[in-house]
Amino acid sequence: MTNSIAEVKDADVIFVIGSNTTENHPVIGAQMKQAKAQGAKLIVADPRKIDLANDSDVFLQIKPGTNIALLNSMMNVIIEEGLEDKKYIAERTEDYEELVKLVKAYTPEKIGEICEIDPEDIRKAARIYAKGDKSGIYYAMGITQHKKGTHGVMAVSNLALLCGNIGKESAGVNPLRGQNNVQGACDMGGLPADYPGYQKVFKPEIQEKFEKTWNTKLSPKVGLTIPEVIHGAEEGSVNFLYIMGENPMISDPDINHVKKALDNVDFLVVQDIFLTETAERADVVLPAASFAEKEGTFTNSERRIQRVRKAVEAPGEAKPDWVILMDIMNRLGYDKKYSSPSEIMDEIASVTPQYGGISYDRISKIGLQWPCPSKSHPGTKYLHKGVFARGKGLFMPQEYVGSVESVDSEYPYIMTTGRVLYHYHSRSMTGRVEGLNKKAPVSFIEINPATANRLNIEDGEKVKVTSRRGTITTMAKITDIIGEDTVFIPFHYADGAANVLTGTELDPIAKIPELKVTAVRIEKIL
Amino acid sequence: MDTVIIKINDERVEVPNDFTILQAAKKMGIDIPTLCYDERLESHAACRMCVVEVEGARNLQTSCSLKVADGMEIKTHSERVIQARKDILDLLWANHPNDCLTCEKSGECKLQEYCYKYDVKETTFEGKRKNYEIDDSSPFFYNNQNKCINCGKCVRVCSELQHTNAIGFSERGFNTHVSTPFEIGIDNSVCVSCGNCVSVCPVGALMPKSKEKFRLWETKKVRTTCSYCGVGCQMDLLVKDNKVVGVQPANGPSNNGLLCVKGKFGFNFINHPDRLNKPLIKKDGQFVESSWEEAYGLIVEKVNNIKSEKGSEVFAGFTSARCTNEENYLFQKLFRAGIGTNSVDHCARL
Ligand code: SF4
Ligand code: SF4
Ligand code: SF4
Repeated sequence: MTNSIAEVKDADVIFVIGSNTTENHPVIGAQMKQAKAQGAKLIVADPRKIDLANDSDVFLQIKPGTNIALLNSMMNVIIEEGLEDKKYIAERTEDYEELVKLVKAYTPEKIGEICEIDPEDIRKAARIYAKGDKSGIYYAMGITQHKKGTHGVMAVSNLALLCGNIGKESAGVNPLRGQNNVQGACDMGGLPADYPGYQKVFKPEIQEKFEKTWNTKLSPKVGLTIPEVIHGAEEGSVNFLYIMGENPMISDPDINHVKKALDNVDFLVVQDIFLTETAERADVVLPAASFAEKEGTFTNSERRIQRVRKAVEAPGEAKPDWVILMDIMNRLGYDKKYSSPSEIMDEIASVTPQYGGISYDRISKIGLQWPCPSKSHPGTKYLHKGVFARGKGLFMPQEYVGSVESVDSEYPYIMTTGRVLYHYHSRSMTGRVEGLNKKAPVSFIEINPATANRLNIEDGEKVKVTSRRGTITTMAKITDIIGEDTVFIPFHYADGAANVLTGTELDPIAKIPELKVTAVRIEKIL
Repeated sequence: MDTVIIKINDERVEVPNDFTILQAAKKMGIDIPTLCYDERLESHAACRMCVVEVEGARNLQTSCSLKVADGMEIKTHSERVIQARKDILDLLWANHPNDCLTCEKSGECKLQEYCYKYDVKETTFEGKRKNYEIDDSSPFFYNNQNKCINCGKCVRVCSELQHTNAIGFSERGFNTHVSTPFEIGIDNSVCVSCGNCVSVCPVGALMPKSKEKFRLWETKKVRTTCSYCGVGCQMDLLVKDNKVVGVQPANGPSNNGLLCVKGKFGFNFINHPDRLNKPLIKKDGQFVESSWEEAYGLIVEKVNNIKSEKGSEVFAGFTSARCTNEENYLFQKLFRAGIGTNSVDHCARL
């Protein structure tokens, strides 16, 4: 997030696109509603009539995969009506003309048809967004999990730049992170091209810096992303795979394909707190400590590094992940020993510019937000104040391209996936909490009443859902939350797993799979 | 910011002019009792426990709502004030079930605490007892209105902070009680099980359903960060005998004392019997428990063999958005410095 979570409450306009905030980030959802009660305007764009839509000033029930068309059209209206922030554009941005050229064709009339919404609503949303002094955009996987996901993010940023909303309190561009420490895992270099702090592995001066601090030779070759690893494993070019605390057997697209890949590697190590569907396929399983059994830090969506503290002992012989990793590293001949996570953080601070000022004693009461480059730096509440990291904010206009998956007579409905309030990711934790299971016991498919009627399907009935990749059985939930041509399945469940159906089509830049758009057919089980 | 000078219990103090008397007293370390006050909500002045004597005012004033003024002289624990508080407690106690011996809230109940502090042993009223059916429909908490003191915090938190509006006050007078519309029960209402009402209830009316029996004084609190989504809510784990038995919200920068159902009630996986507690090695298709040394030995042997045979490029690792920063750092370091490949990724994209 460019901005802080507490700033949500003071926004004039909140634009939520591709995020079911009240279910996936409930405490931010509550703060959005507080803002709304104080007079903020709320715009919601989503294929489903999510809870926030009920509170919204404009609700745009767009067809899945049409975010970029919508965003471009909103910009078309803003420029057409002269609502852009001219001073900001002149002083702080570049390539504005390119944007003007590109969005010209995106008239609300034309785009209304593509997104399957009323053109007037596009105008209304554009005006509300542009007229707010502090307009914040909040998005999640609904923007990124598409073949053109990276372009979707750029389109969001174009809109924010157009109205001068980056580098301002209670505004900004705010991706909401699904998992507790996605932000930190990225910051720490859990990415194939990046050392900690997004320092590129292929830059010689960076390589040299890490070779010096780590006292070893390093490779300048960019590594493989998860989908590439899965593919490589299936093909035989990846032979050793080590999975820590992830369950791709539920969370990754095209599960049948993942299964083949995991079974095809020579050696699979899985380190986790439960014997997950993925761990079952391992050669060695290492028992790890849960968050309540170890010291450390998580970095939340607003870039705040916060303490995690040990409350209880891990069961049996389970060990904190950092101890396991250090043990293995040492046995492989790399000798560095750490006595505590605090000491690891000191090393992180020494090699990661954004974390330069972080130490456990500074964050013992309240976490600090990066960038925090030095021990005296107070942390950064919102990014790009006054000036962008790169100097000028660059407009990166993007054309709308339809999703790769398309419907036809055999697969006539678009399935989109997501989460529910009561579960978390692959349910390895929440599936073991009685009350949560009671509230959300089984996989289901949301179907519009008209569609259900046509298919002669009743609420609670078991149905067969088939895509070009596989078939699952799940329970019909008839609801007008969803439009007639779209269906929704939460991806949490192993039984009736939505990701048996999804495809592995990737966004070529961010390598994010197109999980939000899958063509399916629905059949009654006779 | 403008400040004013006031006197509390004969001591002079300078405070910002938008402070309430309650805030000023708190700043001086003076404890004024409250039942309905929550700093995140507009003052309500409903319970009247926080009354104080203000020189020149005929009636006692509610300190949670009255703003300070220059020259104000305030008594927070005068005889008159203490008597007023006793009367309130006396009245509340008149229809309270009087079962502190077995009440789960005992030890953190405000009514109990104040009756002790203000020496209220029994009620002088012959009060009618309430006789509501307990709403235990939610899998996460009970609503026992026989213990409710009508402070209104739960209703206000649900409507003004959580904005779900699942609960409200029904009926009037003696029969006033907190419930869902049409008494349909929490589980059938629009309630999202966040438990934020439960966390603010000062008495044992809204209580988590707990698997363990524990008293607050038997537990220690450990401040930590929620392990579910990226909001990073701050919370205290309540620990008894090496077990997490409860979670209370803390006032972190991103959550302001709120939690959602997963953070508040989703902790029982920690002690779950399915937890892995020994390394496992697959032999002939079956997992066999092993020692750490054996498991490490096998991994190191495989790494060395595969590396010498095929090089570093055939290795890959998925690090975890669930693990800590320190662990993610070590994971990528293990792969980059220990094994020699940059093929490290995690499921940020999923
Ligand atoms: S649990 Fe949350 S939603 Fe339900 S009544 Fe309490 S505050 Fe309202
Ligand atoms: S249930 Fe608890 S919080 Fe709600 S009004 Fe009664 S005493 Fe107050
Ligand atoms: S309590 Fe809920 S909103 Fe807060 S971090 Fe945990 S899962 Fe997210």
